[in-house]
Amino acid sequence: MIPPRADASLCRLRGLGVRYAGSAQPALGPIDFDIAAGERLAIIGESGSGKSTLARAIAGLLPAGAALTGTLDWPASGRRPHPGRDLGYVFQDPGQSLNPVLTIGEQVTEGARRHLGLSARAARAHAADLLAQVQLPDPGRLLAAYPHQLSGGQRQRVAIAAAIAAGPAILIADEVTSALDTTVQAAIVALLDALTRDRGMTLIFVTHDMALAAQLADRIAVMGAGRLVEAGRAGDILQRPISAEARRLLDAHIDLDTPPLIGEAAP
Amino acid sequence: MTAPLLEVVGLTKSFHSGGRRVVALDDVSLSLAPGETLGLVGASGYGKSTLARVLVHLIAPEGGSIRFRGQDWLGLNGAPLRAARRHLQMVFQDPLAAFNPRATVGSVLTDPLRIHALAPRAAWREEVARLLTRVGLAPEHAGRSILDLSGGQRQRVAIARALALKPDLIVLDEAVSALDVAVRAHILELLVELQRASGLAYIFISHDLAAVRAVSHRIAVMEAGRIVESGPAARIVRAPESAAARALIAAVPHLVREKQG
Repeated sequence: MIPPRADASLCRLRGLGVRYAGSAQPALGPIDFDIAAGERLAIIGESGSGKSTLARAIAGLLPAGAALTGTLDWPASGRRPHPGRDLGYVFQDPGQSLNPVLTIGEQVTEGARRHLGLSARAARAHAADLLAQVQLPDPGRLLAAYPHQLSGGQRQRVAIAAAIAAGPAILIADEVTSALDTTVQAAIVALLDALTRDRGMTLIFVTHDMALAAQLADRIAVMGAGRLVEAGRAGDILQRPISAEARRLLDAHIDLDTPPLIGEAAP
Repeated sequence: MTAPLLEVVGLTKSFHSGGRRVVALDDVSLSLAPGETLGLVGASGYGKSTLARVLVHLIAPEGGSIRFRGQDWLGLNGAPLRAARRHLQMVFQDPLAAFNPRATVGSVLTDPLRIHALAPRAAWREEVARLLTRVGLAPEHAGRSILDLSGGQRQRVAIARALALKPDLIVLDEAVSALDVAVRAHILELLVELQRASGLAYIFISHDLAAVRAVSHRIAVMEAGRIVESGPAARIVRAPESAAARALIAAVPHLVREKQG
């Protein structure tokens, strides 16, 4: 594990814990962790490991009534990032995160108008530009379309465009490819990679897929039962996992080099 | 060669959407031997789920024929169809949507026993315990609400429900797609174990070629309502002929371990 230099810390977590309203057990923590400005971090874990809770705590997007313990500081900026302006968040299911009664143009321009103070006309041009950057076809016409008219992959591209509309320095992508086809998933991962590299953004990529984590991130934080069980360079975790959680995720990985489970006659 | 369990010839089906005619199945033919797994792979919107729904008699095709267990499957209706349905079961992607949310695990598993009169009432409890054990759950799960289970446990119950009727064929439509990587691996292992033990055949439908490859003897690749390529699983993965198969292969995330090539 390479600890980032303390003075370069974008986000510093000390004893951070989260307990949801009505729950006796904490969902997270205590967590001690540092995130460096500009780094590409994957938070990985099985369902219920606390990975999304950690991401939401960092983003300041926990539901009302969730109790935080410990500290979450932002040494580099000295203040909490403002969601939408300083920090973009892309959720798993764009069918739920996009407003069904707003046009694509309205959803993407909202952030730009509010945070960049653009006029309606300038925001519209900005939105068309963003839709082109997330590689959606015919952005001019798409501005007037509604989410239900798009495929799942296209909707996720719109959600990414909306998340980066105000030019945030941090992007959190929370299971953004889990509901998508493998072919669409590969395209979305490539898009996130290119967009965040081009802009020098800090990327926090939440996933249960070790291959995607290693593909996108330089550093991987492994979660298990609400705790951070291991963190280190992506290559090290893949080669020499220490925690049972990391080993389980690696063992469960299936790709085309994995021996098939069925006994079959030699081809 | 044994006689095929399932023989599908020339299925066609189209839908009307926003004034347009969308061809979901375009002259689809396939066959399946007893105890075999056919993987059906393709991107979303290419007709895989339509094919699954036609196979289990949820929707009628416009043309083509299906022979299942030597019978004209599409010609069945009424009581003979209800009786024959037990031989062909289906497991869906989202088990929560496929169950009555107020049901208990026990009631989900006794329904098929009762409806198809497969076991006397006195034997239900024991049969439910046996089914739960077969899918890697404990008999005590019978008393739990469906809502109290994890996604992986629910999918095990869905498989147990299908098994309750001792079917010859289970159609699995994206049955592991909503699951975590670790849970997915366990469910795939379970499916293969059950097949070894009882000679079940599967049609395993997924957009994920790696999962399809892990469990399938043969693979059929679908694109725009057509089967564009089919053959032994190893051949499709090693030497794909269609652009659709090559795109699916390229999209599989690989673990790139440094210095290991």
